[in-house]
Amino acid sequence: MDTEPGKYRYGMAIDLDRCTGCGACMVACAVENNVHPAQPRATERTGITWLRVFKVENGEPFPQNRAAFVPMPCQHCDKETPCISVCPQNAVEMDQQTRIVTQVPVRCMGCRYCMAACPYHTRYFNWWDPKWPAGMEKTLNPAVAPRTRGVVEKCNFCHGRLQAARAKAAAAGQRELQQGTYIPACVEACPTSAITFGDLADENSEVAKLARDENSFRFLTRLRTEPKVYYRSTQPFVRQLAESALERLKKEAANG
Amino acid sequence: MDKHLIPRGLKRSPFGRFSLWILLWAAILAIGLYAMYLCLYEGLNQTNMDNRYAFGLWIYLDLTVIALGAGAFFTGFLLYILRRDELRAVINSAVVLGFICYSGAIVVLMVDVGQPLRAWFTFWHPNVHSMLTEVTFCLTCYLTVLAIEYTPILLKSRKLSQIPSFLVFEHELHKAMVVLAGVGTFLSFFHQGSLGGMFGVMRGRPFAFREAFSIWPTTFFLFVLSAAAVGPSFVIVSTWLVSKLSRKTLVKKEVYILLAKISGVLLLVYVFLKAIDTIVWINSTAPSTGFSAFEFYVRQEFGTWILFTEIVLLGLLPAWMLLNKKRQQTLSWVVTAAFLACAGVVLNRFVTTIQTLALPTLPFDQFLSYVPSWQEVATFAAVIAYGVLIYSLSFRYMKLFPQERELAVSPHPSSE
Repeated sequence: MDTEPGKYRYGMAIDLDRCTGCGACMVACAVENNVHPAQPRATERTGITWLRVFKVENGEPFPQNRAAFVPMPCQHCDKETPCISVCPQNAVEMDQQTRIVTQVPVRCMGCRYCMAACPYHTRYFNWWDPKWPAGMEKTLNPAVAPRTRGVVEKCNFCHGRLQAARAKAAAAGQRELQQGTYIPACVEACPTSAITFGDLADENSEVAKLARDENSFRFLTRLRTEPKVYYRSTQPFVRQLAESALERLKKEAANG
Repeated sequence: MDKHLIPRGLKRSPFGRFSLWILLWAAILAIGLYAMYLCLYEGLNQTNMDNRYAFGLWIYLDLTVIALGAGAFFTGFLLYILRRDELRAVINSAVVLGFICYSGAIVVLMVDVGQPLRAWFTFWHPNVHSMLTEVTFCLTCYLTVLAIEYTPILLKSRKLSQIPSFLVFEHELHKAMVVLAGVGTFLSFFHQGSLGGMFGVMRGRPFAFREAFSIWPTTFFLFVLSAAAVGPSFVIVSTWLVSKLSRKTLVKKEVYILLAKISGVLLLVYVFLKAIDTIVWINSTAPSTGFSAFEFYVRQEFGTWILFTEIVLLGLLPAWMLLNKKRQQTLSWVVTAAFLACAGVVLNRFVTTIQTLALPTLPFDQFLSYVPSWQEVATFAAVIAYGVLIYSLSFRYMKLFPQERELAVSPHPSSE
């Protein structure tokens, strides 16, 4: 079976030219992973969105104005993963077979050190008790355990789907996962097929090819954490975003 | 009314006035306890922290009180290990302060985590690479040490010391003080450092990230040193404050001067190393992570003035003041300098926690602001009230300042 350490290196390539910012990926992600509906008092900073779509602009006035959308799941940093080393009780782990950064909510005491350490801000805390409106609990996905109040959670590339794909392969007598049998919910839901998912360790996989594309880039690579989520855009201003740190901050200051 | 409880030869304020003072702080404590109950029962949605501002007022408070509480370990180290016997005059007070600071910090931490009942996981399944693991281990161990160090003070109170076996126990405990001071120093060294290390290792936060020196980021050493430097300063400030409030001379002037010298020297070394660290960070560490250090300071609220205030106004200046031989003789001068030194560390911990989290790392992200909720503030106030209560009771019923009786007879023996 596929249990050899380091055999797989799952990652994503997101084509920002194709992303329309519709948010279908966010909804699919929440439904798949039993993310509870936001509480009435929740804000954009206290709600839970394992995958969040940001809007970026080039800052030019009308005719030259350009915008793009950036879906931001956990970047699954491959090296020096900032959230793993900081957790005091091993509630964050790197799955050695898949190189997926996994969160173990039942071990988490909710100190939120990992959230402070994450440069991408893709970790979310359960500020409230999870509640589903009456009847809506029937939509819960039985393959994924809902989390309790007071713990941290984040994208795990749909762990439930990985397990399901493995079980299916084992039942069919296959020793390895076939390409395309395991894909996260956001990839499946994207109406423009902007997200490609696969094994970066396999040079011939679609995702590995896209990662090598000349228009591909990753965010904050200079932190040397080797994120496994690649972005692609033919618009130079979007690609420049990756390195132009704090540009926005400078503009904010200039505008008062 | 409680005259039979007050140590022999010491004068204390009338019971009625003392009760009013206690009631006032007890009321603040009660409000805080209600706020803590809300946070534990309703969840952390009672705070104004959020997914981006994952740490708030409480973590800042923890880092600050633990730095100020360093007076306990450092005074113990100087007294029992380096044999500076003059410091016997303040050791009891320093131990009580340390106990208050550490127990207060741990209580707040237990409210701060989302699942306090899982806190024991850290002891059972520790991640040895995490700075927070080390902090947790050392804090709990050191609180135990402080509790043991506090015991003899308690046992020597007027009523308890009438029980012979308690006196024997106290005497035996006293013999173990050297060992306890050593253990306390060791534990304090590591958790003070690890609190700094916690932020220094955050690769994803270029404002806080520092290169490693051996296996620790430089903030590890800076935190140890700054805590050791302001520990004695906080002892000066607190002793002066208690002596003002109680209108009594509690320690000889020489003790203040000795504490000032120790604090001043350490502060000077700290400021020197902090300056080097800042220069290295500006020129090498920050640029290597893709950020120009000065871009972190473009917002006026968090401008470079903070850096200047921290290093020069609240670092170099108090260090010079504490070491000024002529002016050292004036108590108000020493207290002002000690107060500035403490303020420097309070500001440093603010920068390390709050400013670090306010700054965005993603290019399209925003600069964040955060204002604590009343529940957070009330919990904060409860810790201060708890401290005042414990200290007031200890001061009234125990012998915190051995020189007090002698000074009550002749208030200025040092001027001769």
